Amino acid sequence: MTTRIDTRFAELKAEGRAAFVTFVMAGDPDPATALEIVKALPKAGADIIEIGMPFTDPMADGPSIQAAGLRALQAGMTLRKTLQLVRDFRSSDNKTPIVLMGYYNPIYIYGVDKFLPDAKAAGVDGLIIVDLPPEEDAELCLPAIKAGLNFIRLATPTTDDKRLPAVLANTSGFVYYVSVTGITGSASADSSAVSAAVARIKRHTKLPVCVGFGIRTPEAAHDIARHANGAVVGTALIDALKGSLDSDGKATARTVSAVADLAAALAQGVHGAKQAAE
Amino acid sequence: MTQAIPNSYRSGPDDTGHFGIFGGRFVAETLMPLILDLQKAYEDAKADPAFRKEMDGYLKAYVGRPSPLYFAERLTEHLGGAKIYLKREELNHTGSHKVNNVLGQIMVARRMGKKRIIAETGAGQHGVATATLCARFGLECIVYMGAVDVARQQPNVIRMEMLGAKVVPVQVGARTLKDAMNEALRDWVTNVHNTFYCIGTVAGPHPYPMMVRDFQSIIGEETRVQMQEIEGRLPDSLIACIGGGSNAMGLFHPFLDDPSVDIYGVEAAGHGLTNLHAASIAGGRPGVLHGNRTYLLMDEDGQIQEGHSISAGLDYPGIGPEHSWLHTIGRVKYLSATDEEALAAFQLLSKLEGIIPALEPAHALAKVSELAPTLPKDHLMVVNLSGRGDKDVPQVGDILKGRQS
Repeated sequence: MTTRIDTRFAELKAEGRAAFVTFVMAGDPDPATALEIVKALPKAGADIIEIGMPFTDPMADGPSIQAAGLRALQAGMTLRKTLQLVRDFRSSDNKTPIVLMGYYNPIYIYGVDKFLPDAKAAGVDGLIIVDLPPEEDAELCLPAIKAGLNFIRLATPTTDDKRLPAVLANTSGFVYYVSVTGITGSASADSSAVSAAVARIKRHTKLPVCVGFGIRTPEAAHDIARHANGAVVGTALIDALKGSLDSDGKATARTVSAVADLAAALAQGVHGAKQAAE
Repeated sequence: MTQAIPNSYRSGPDDTGHFGIFGGRFVAETLMPLILDLQKAYEDAKADPAFRKEMDGYLKAYVGRPSPLYFAERLTEHLGGAKIYLKREELNHTGSHKVNNVLGQIMVARRMGKKRIIAETGAGQHGVATATLCARFGLECIVYMGAVDVARQQPNVIRMEMLGAKVVPVQVGARTLKDAMNEALRDWVTNVHNTFYCIGTVAGPHPYPMMVRDFQSIIGEETRVQMQEIEGRLPDSLIACIGGGSNAMGLFHPFLDDPSVDIYGVEAAGHGLTNLHAASIAGGRPGVLHGNRTYLLMDEDGQIQEGHSISAGLDYPGIGPEHSWLHTIGRVKYLSATDEEALAAFQLLSKLEGIIPALEPAHALAKVSELAPTLPKDHLMVVNLSGRGDKDVPQVGDILKGRQS
């Protein structure tokens, strides 16, 4: 099975550059604006789009992404509507990989057996579920792989060499290395530590390794992209979105461009980076 | 779906932390290695006679155990039915059952070499117990507490600060216990290298529900012995309030395999089950939150709803996974009591027995008022009086004063 994610990384490898991976929240600040934002991201240079599934209790997220999820929920976002967002995006873009990222409960309540075919049909390529470690693989990971979706696992600084094989065993698409122990939007990791960590993971897998958490500027993205197969930016984009909202937290004429413009600058940082030889 | 009846109700959880479909380890990868370490450290401690001996020493001389089993003569007379005994956990040092668990966890943390302790708290009883033992053992203590609870449980906030803990008011969500737990988990993910998360109830990722249950089971173990001494037999029924359910699990667990003992848990029905409440079993369904699968209050999209209860300690939209299992297999009967019923029971016990209960066990007492009159006079009923009401005196005083004017 080859997903859009596998195809995209093969293309990037041929071009000798790293992936720019963006994270935005489905339905933030409202479903229609969120769709426009997602549509604008590939044009701005995003190679892979992670879309957050809003959840009331995002235990691994910092204040920016927490607030984004709450804005989306207040605007009436649901998991069903998140799948609709992907379907709408796919009507004009059948190439850019889409990864849904979030927490397990909304999927569990939707019903795993129903969610996986619905997600696949909507055009979802992969899933990142923060609160499903390998110990719970039977819940969603194994069924997702069977349904033809990539299950992308987080590896962290606390995932030692002993544990890495278990973490990587059922991972596909890419490995998401969380560069700091912490919540999203926290302090950034320095690139030498990241470089060592990526090298360590690569000793255990042939999968691409993308790095996230704490990357906020084109310079930082550039730096990370030299050492990894991709750089993930989320909080910075969400902060740009938030800065464009009116005093009631509603979208303005600037909202889509605020996110797209920052994405374009970050993309330049990533794409200008020369990849260290594999 | 039929449920197989197990040979013992006391053999759970399995190796992966499951009680039937409930429990598990639904946490971020960052925490997983530490949770496995904790499981190992706890198993080592349990097998170490020196650990048990040290615990017993502190339970006796520092906590003040055993807590008495007291015959509530005037309450019994007033209700005119079952003979009511109170398990006096409110007499423990720090004023509630919470200290039993905190002592155990702090001793495990010490074995693991952790010097920074974090905790969540609702009513502040778990926070006070954690602050107390951190003071006793010279450990840094940070307590996350919803800003609403900080306001309604001021006496406990002041106590925690006097004990040297840092109380962090949580300003997100409904600013109660669920949000405090989210913030504590965020702290833990960030400071995982040096931090021990002292969870206050029988919930969270495995091994917490099992470990907290084991530390609280002293309540039921003592009750067995004491009832034998006083009445020469086992009690006929047990009743306890449930937020996460640690005081209830502590009382119930040693009796689960005694079929003659009826067991009742009492959830908080807030303004009523068709209104705002915190009764996860009565009004919820199985879902995944805070590291475990259990009964939760949520909407049709799987978004977690806020609990509501007059009692900050019961104001949580979930329940420990073992309770969910005991409910599903029918071993424990789960009831609920409203804010109003709890307030009435709070006043009744104060006036009849000279014991001001915390609002949490007042929920259990409310159901005692309903059940006891329907039972014969030789029926022995044990209520877990899990905490004292000092912390609630200002809040209840304001409510009652508001009604007079």
